Amino acid sequence: MKTKDMSYSEAIRDAISLKMHEDEDVFMLGEDIGVYGGAFGVSRGLIEEFGPKRIRNTPISESGIAGAAVGSALTGMRPILELQFSDFITIATDQIINQAAKIRYMYGGKGKVPMVLRTPSGSGTGAAAQHSQSLEVWMAHIPGLKVVQPSSSYDAKGLLISAIEDDNPVIFYEHKLLYGMKEPVPEELYRIPLGKAAIKREGTDVTVIATSIMVHKALEAAKQLEREGIEIEVIDPRTLVPLDEETIIASVSKTSRVVIVHEAVKRAGFGAEIASVIVESDAFDFLDAPIERLGGKAVPIPYNPELEKHAVPQVSDIINAVKRTLQRGEEV
Amino acid sequence: MITTKIPPSLSTNQMRKLYHQMWLIRYFDEKVDEFFARGAIHGTTHLCVGQEATATGACYVLENEDKITSTHRGHGHCIAKGADVNRMMAELFAKETGYCKGKGGSMHIADVDQGNLGANGIVGGGIPIAVGAALTSKMKNLGYVVLCFFGDGAANEGSFHEALNLASIWKLPVVFFCENNQYGMSGPVKEMVNIENIGDRASAYGIPGKVIEGNDLFSVIEATEKAVARARKGNGPTLIEAKTYRWKGHSKSDAKKYRTKEEEQYWRKEKDPIQLLANRIISDNLLAKEELEALQLQAREQIDSAVEFAEKSPAPSLTSLELDVYA
Ligand SMILES: Cc1ncc(C[n+]2csc(CCOP(=O)(O)OP(=O)(O)O)c2C)c(N)n1
Ligand SMILES: [Mg+2]
Repeated sequence: MKTKDMSYSEAIRDAISLKMHEDEDVFMLGEDIGVYGGAFGVSRGLIEEFGPKRIRNTPISESGIAGAAVGSALTGMRPILELQFSDFITIATDQIINQAAKIRYMYGGKGKVPMVLRTPSGSGTGAAAQHSQSLEVWMAHIPGLKVVQPSSSYDAKGLLISAIEDDNPVIFYEHKLLYGMKEPVPEELYRIPLGKAAIKREGTDVTVIATSIMVHKALEAAKQLEREGIEIEVIDPRTLVPLDEETIIASVSKTSRVVIVHEAVKRAGFGAEIASVIVESDAFDFLDAPIERLGGKAVPIPYNPELEKHAVPQVSDIINAVKRTLQRGEEV
Repeated sequence: MITTKIPPSLSTNQMRKLYHQMWLIRYFDEKVDEFFARGAIHGTTHLCVGQEATATGACYVLENEDKITSTHRGHGHCIAKGADVNRMMAELFAKETGYCKGKGGSMHIADVDQGNLGANGIVGGGIPIAVGAALTSKMKNLGYVVLCFFGDGAANEGSFHEALNLASIWKLPVVFFCENNQYGMSGPVKEMVNIENIGDRASAYGIPGKVIEGNDLFSVIEATEKAVARARKGNGPTLIEAKTYRWKGHSKSDAKKYRTKEEEQYWRKEKDPIQLLANRIISDNLLAKEELEALQLQAREQIDSAVEFAEKSPAPSLTSLELDVYA
């Protein structure tokens, strides 16, 4: 396969463009996605490529455009809805939670809602409390929705293509700090199935399960720990729903120690779900230490950059958690 | 040239204050722009350069105990409602002495003591809050009026419709003030709304609607005075739409691909609200040119010292991270 260095946002744009060329039912709608190129520039060039009928620049009406996505999906289109910040899903939630997620089931298996809601989440930009949240666990809680959180360009492209082709509503969380990150990505269309985790680094001592931006922090921690002779295995679930429990359980059964890290607030975060999956499985018998869970502090994201940094897990927090879990194991 | 009648109640001293305040707002935002470009201010910010007359004129009408709700483009509203530019600048510098102790930043400056219920990062988020604040005034018979600022883009949020309907059926003391600066982030109002004037939507709620020149300070004052008087009498809300223009990009810098240079030049050259006011003051012989210059200079110096205050202020301590989540 021929590859090209692509940033995360280029990879996403490439996936959209390939699918739009291939399938005329695929279209995009969202605020400022036209000449402005979207709040984070992801759709730059698409309106020139496909025109304003298929790249639909909308008024600032999250509830209305979410509903328009649901209705058009129900009647044969495959809309890709861009919300400028994932925080604004709050305004669209009736359409997402009460409508999109439930329509097929409520109607006794009739109809389907093949839409993708793409939206940037996360902190680190100084945009403060209403533009920095990580709310993916809300969506993961709702039966009928699928939830994707790619951590690299390669994953973003392959997962987005699968999401567009999926017959269900898929919430696709991009991370703002990843948009500029580059890696070689195949130029052609390829798919990464929803529900397949990636082992981002193999290791024998501790399993670190990380999502989105935390995958990179975990990999950085791995480098530093390696110098001390500690080999961690880094697993990126990539999709929260469906969750690849098998890969997680197999890794934990091998290493016997677990650290789970996400940027979202720790309390009732998705880490709690992953920890439960582990302790409810046969991997429980292999655990040599309590599971370590890292997540954001239970605070709105503050504006001051130092405070902001301290609101979410950092590389040093992961290193410390890995060491704690190794020490706990030794005491036993 | 602006020709609206100058309110007879407006004293020379008040005219000085208004002119000074317009410059204070402009210099504040130009300073923020400069520091942003240099990387000394981080995050994001939305500047109201070119829109000074709406904030200044509308807040001029208010009594101290009246309240406002503001937007992401809110520095002007905040200053016009009587905020201290030192503490505003300190907030932008993420300092402990800022209005939000460095936790809020540009989009969340609030000055609750002065009746500013806050800027808002959520487009349209403040409109229903204004209705709630007006409900308190009515239920407790407090007599205050709420002035609710929002943009042309916000008028397409569901919250606009729901809030205007509520306020009109409950006859609440609120003035909905739409600053139509022609664009959302990039979406031109001409493409996003299928009628000429957002103000015309008032009839759908059975309330008065007024469309005005937003860069004409006196027309802003006139329309707001009428609306506030009506609200205070218990006759319910009014929708005002003020046509204006933002000179800068939407936030930080943007390529402004969605509009033309000619259009920008027209608004800068022909419709600068401060220049229009200065021309009128001079032609009506209200204040001497030298005095205007002195007021302008005074505003500039105030902003310089606000920067100094902000730079010298301490950063918040890390222990503050988990404070103030709950009351
Ligand atoms: C609910 C919501 N949707 C989208 C945004 C992103 N956004 C911030 S400002 C803005 C444009 C707002 O336009 P308008 O109301 O006209 O105010 P202006 O910026 O022109 O002052 C947009 C789309 C947001 N902050 N909140
Ligand atoms: Mg606007």
